[in-house]
Amino acid sequence: MDLLATTTIRRPVSDVYAFWRRLENLPTFMAHLEEVRVTGERTSHWTASAPFDRSVEWDAEITDEVPDERIGWRSTGEADVPNTGKVWFVPAPDGVSTEVHVLLVYDIPGGKLGQAVARYFGEEPHQQLDDDLRRLKQVMETGEVMRSDGAPWGKRARREFPQRPAQPLSSDELAKGEAA
Amino acid sequence: MRANTWAGRNKVEVRDVPDPSILNRRDAIVKVTSTAICGSDLHLVDGYVPTMQDGDVLGHEFMGEVVEVGAGVDPGRLRVGDRVVVPFPIACGACAACAAELWSCCENSNPNAGIAEKMFGHPVAGIFGYSHLTGGFAGGQSEYVRVPFADVGPLKIESDLTDEQVLFLSDILPTGYMGAEMCDIQPSDVVAVWGAGPVGQFAMDSARLLGAATVIAIDKEPYRLRMAEEAGHTTINFEEVDVRSRLLELTGGRGPDKCIDAVGMEASHGSAHLHAYDRVKQAVRSETERPHALRQAILSCRSGGTVSVIGVYGGLLDKFPSGAWMNRSLTLRTGQCHVQRYMKPLLRHIENGELDPTRVITHTLPLQDAARGFDLFKNKQDDCEKVVLKP
Ligand SMILES: NC(=O)c1ccc[n+]([C@@H]2O[C@H](COP(=O)([O-])OP(=O)(O)OC[C@H]3O[C@@H](n4cnc5c(N)ncnc54)[C@H](O)[C@@H]3O)[C@@H](O)[C@H]2O)c1
Ligand SMILES: [Zn+2]
Ligand SMILES: [Zn+2]
Repeated sequence: MDLLATTTIRRPVSDVYAFWRRLENLPTFMAHLEEVRVTGERTSHWTASAPFDRSVEWDAEITDEVPDERIGWRSTGEADVPNTGKVWFVPAPDGVSTEVHVLLVYDIPGGKLGQAVARYFGEEPHQQLDDDLRRLKQVMETGEVMRSDGAPWGKRARREFPQRPAQPLSSDELAKGEAA
Repeated sequence: MRANTWAGRNKVEVRDVPDPSILNRRDAIVKVTSTAICGSDLHLVDGYVPTMQDGDVLGHEFMGEVVEVGAGVDPGRLRVGDRVVVPFPIACGACAACAAELWSCCENSNPNAGIAEKMFGHPVAGIFGYSHLTGGFAGGQSEYVRVPFADVGPLKIESDLTDEQVLFLSDILPTGYMGAEMCDIQPSDVVAVWGAGPVGQFAMDSARLLGAATVIAIDKEPYRLRMAEEAGHTTINFEEVDVRSRLLELTGGRGPDKCIDAVGMEASHGSAHLHAYDRVKQAVRSETERPHALRQAILSCRSGGTVSVIGVYGGLLDKFPSGAWMNRSLTLRTGQCHVQRYMKPLLRHIENGELDPTRVITHTLPLQDAARGFDLFKNKQDDCEKVVLKP
């Protein structure tokens, strides 16, 4: 499965590149990622939430890197869902913004796991990556992921609907949300 | 706290809801001192805007006192104790749209941007109390309200102007003004305004302020037309006379140079036939608008003129007079108001006495009576023009 998405961020290429290159930052805006731990100059360990409250982990290495231009990576070893990704950064015509293009390729296995992964991405697999990039833009431009009463949990709002009413949260709801 | 909520089609209800808390670092909590009911709220209550949920707190026109600020709020811009009017579009101040002063198109303030994008092609800004399509933000018809990007939008009121004088800077005064500004008014212009609701009234006052030679108000409610007349505008009652012929008469056959639609998607029509057509299409959801005012504005406008649309449309409409629009070189301009752009200059006009926003207020009620306020306003009872609610 190939997912391609694009956004424009009103920050210079070097800032956006640097933010992405610190791979630990990826879970702040990518919904499915729980943690990315850097293990070496080009290697890292990724943890993603998966269906049925399982989590999936894999090692990854950077395969291509041109500062202020692009980063490419791939999973290594026995990943449950082998994947590769690449992101490239292009100065926007306005002279102040950066176009971010992302391509993720998942090698979806057969069997139960494959079915679960497919269900996880749902009928519109693109939606998730589009929303990831929207959150990246929010973080880069405003400092954090935008929340509302109807959609209070930032990137954990995996499906935008159904949401809760547009009404302030009770302290119980707040505590539960923070803990989740 | 108490808050006015959407309780299904045609029903609002003041309920107990939790007090708001800070969810983002640049939030503030505002204790509401005055809030108002808007024609846009009627579209929500009448069920013409999708994605409403039972319990949604309504209200996008409000002002009050800052009682709490998040850690990220720039203290140079806003502090606890400040008295503020809050603009209805939530805007970050940092994206390309905000940089271009297109505040109601802010690219970062709508957490449900994905939904909005599906309906509109591109997302729109978050708006207080205005469906989940615009973010699912609790509104200001409540005792307290959470205000995101509190150091960007809210306007501090440092003089002793009353709430009533400045409250409408949150929406309808800037909206009416933008409606007139989009007309690029010239001194010889005749400007016709469809809708003598509060938004229409402010569009008329603004058109005059911007130098129009004549301003014509079109509506069917005699008391609303009287209000326009008392403010010095010419009036047409569309239930009594044929609007197009009357407009031709008033303009030597040319048609108004500039036309403003301050009615929106729920217009009523003198022609029962066309009205029934649109009612049925709206009811089966194959059309979301009843665009009589917009159609009439386009057909009436002078060739080469401008039609400025501030009445709200939500989806798709039928029988758009594209032929008139194209062949007669009309310019069509529109938008949810970029309120932040107009607050300061309009505050100055209020201070100078050039605009008097209080003239539209006919009812002031306790928040508790919000349902009655909606009834009065929607059904045009008791000569209701604009309702202010006090929490
Ligand atoms: N663009 C924005 O940012 C913005 C902001 C606020 C309000 N609005 C919109 O502006 C519109 C007016 O708001 P309001 O608060 O004045 O509402 P309102 O309901 O009080 O006023 C609408 C008026 O239009 C009249 N009307 C109905 N059909 C008509 C027709 N065919 N021709 C002429 N007049 C007709 C009604 O009698 C009524 O007086 C609404 O659509 C509202 O959603 C837009
Ligand atoms: Zn309004
Ligand atoms: Zn913005």
